[in-house]
Amino acid sequence: MALLSKKDTGLLLDPLADNNPITIQVLGICSALAITAQLKASIVMALSVVFVLAVGNVVISLMRNIIPSKIRIIVQLVVVAALVIIVDQVLKAFAYELSKTLSVFVGLIITNCIIMGRFEAFALGNGPYRSFLDGIGNAAGYGLILIIVGFFRELLGSGTLLGFKVLGDPIAKTGLYAIGYENNGFMLLSPMALIVVGIIIWIQRSRNSALIEEN
Amino acid sequence: MGLKEKLHGIKEDFKGKKMAPAFNALHTFLYTPNETTHNGSHIRAVDDLKRTMNTVIMALIPVLIWGIFNAGYQHYAAVDAANGIIREASLFGNFFTWDNLAMGAITVLPLVIVSYLVGLGVEFIFAVIKGHEVEEGYLVTGMLVPLIVPVDIPLWMLAVAVVFGVVIGKEVFGGTGMNILNPALTIRAFLFFAYPTWMSGDKVWVHGAKDVVGTPDAISGETILGAYAQNSSVVYDFADKFFGFIPGSVGETSTFLIILGGLFLMFTKIASWRIIFSAIVGAAVMGLIFNGVVDQGWISEGSKFYGLMNTPFWEHLIIGGIAFGIVYMATDPVSGAQTNTGKYWYGFLIGFFSIMIRVFNPAYPEGVFLAILLMNVFAPTIDHYVVQANVKKRMKRLKLKTA
Repeated sequence: MALLSKKDTGLLLDPLADNNPITIQVLGICSALAITAQLKASIVMALSVVFVLAVGNVVISLMRNIIPSKIRIIVQLVVVAALVIIVDQVLKAFAYELSKTLSVFVGLIITNCIIMGRFEAFALGNGPYRSFLDGIGNAAGYGLILIIVGFFRELLGSGTLLGFKVLGDPIAKTGLYAIGYENNGFMLLSPMALIVVGIIIWIQRSRNSALIEEN
Repeated sequence: MGLKEKLHGIKEDFKGKKMAPAFNALHTFLYTPNETTHNGSHIRAVDDLKRTMNTVIMALIPVLIWGIFNAGYQHYAAVDAANGIIREASLFGNFFTWDNLAMGAITVLPLVIVSYLVGLGVEFIFAVIKGHEVEEGYLVTGMLVPLIVPVDIPLWMLAVAVVFGVVIGKEVFGGTGMNILNPALTIRAFLFFAYPTWMSGDKVWVHGAKDVVGTPDAISGETILGAYAQNSSVVYDFADKFFGFIPGSVGETSTFLIILGGLFLMFTKIASWRIIFSAIVGAAVMGLIFNGVVDQGWISEGSKFYGLMNTPFWEHLIIGGIAFGIVYMATDPVSGAQTNTGKYWYGFLIGFFSIMIRVFNPAYPEGVFLAILLMNVFAPTIDHYVVQANVKKRMKRLKLKTA
């Protein structure tokens, strides 16, 4: 007996690739562009969203039968807001510098379309366990793209990964910099994040032509 | 049996194979293919893509040659200046010399070669993957790119930028003829934002200036725009600026040759005179507005905008890359506006925004490439409104008739 049934595995794994919230549903783009200049910030953002979405999905799913449908958006917002404030305070307490870097974008998890989207589309109609898996899966799909984008932007833009100078020291001219390499400042600007996301989408769709929309 | 027949023979062998597009590209480049169209009626015209491209390249050759000599001239002039010798430019005395040619050739030709090798390489790869024919689109882009970068740009940076520009600026949209942005300007924009220290400042416009920073031999190669942006004066007189004895990107210095190239392109109907004309008007209008602001005394001499605002409007047209941009870049038939009325607006706004960016953002003294890219994006919108206006007009006429 497998740990997860086939259907449940799908809940976890589909959002990582063929139903990715960023590259397929094109949700949650704003934060993907804003905070991916460093890998560390991307990872923290990804983990925050995993927490908020997984817990939020469970809470909404438990309450799904008692929420009057007329005010469900307000209820959902209250739940997300509470969870986001928890994340924000934890970051401020234990990783102050990082919370400075992420600035408003932690707070803006509230407005991340992925979260409201999953509440509306999944948690309101499914049990807590499946909602939990769905939350983890979607947030991980979001986080995966964030981390890929963050990896390339930090590596090519600053020549570092998680703060380590993997390409050498640009000031002391060691490593790659000794032969004339220079950091690509464009990578640190948000437009380049959009282009990197676009390239990921391009590669994904050219590998799997079923994803290409008909127009 | 001549070379031509042999090539046709090889083409038959290659037919249907994976590398066919790559071979066909070389073949088409040399000869008109022996393939004829099979069905339907077709309009025959001699001004095909290949001839259009070749005409633009012809118009660029004088600019390139001037750029080569000027690269050498500026280098030796700067070295002289560092030693206290002030040069008086003379065309045959110290400009068209073998020394200048040699120095210019070793700095500029590698840029041309890298641009073509990398750019055509990307085109070939895409043609083979996608199985379409290689288009001639890169021929002009490949020539424009070395002309709009500083002489000392490292070759690997140029290569990276060319890959980016060709892939993101052109291939993602479907290749030649489908691009919304001018690929050459996409390449320049990439370089500008990615490696700003190599694309602006006073050390990149003259060959060798970057190597001697901080040494007693240090040479300065400020562009005129750069100098005005810092409210300092320049030593160049009108003839220097007009004929191009000034530091700058490789191909943009000689306004005179650019005007000749522009006339040639307009005469051969490759470039739209509407765009060129209205862009010049747009730049002049913006320049006059700024001159007016200075005349009214609304801005003090200490202001950081004063230097460029006080520049006479006609001088704006002959310094910096605006002439080059208007003649060779704004007139790109693919990324520009298509309707005749739209072309006036498109050109006017390019000129207008170029001078505005130039004056208001001293960090980007060269506004023309940003202005053209911006208007590239808006060109379809302009066309849309022009077409809608026409539709509305004709609907009105129709109603009058039926009423």
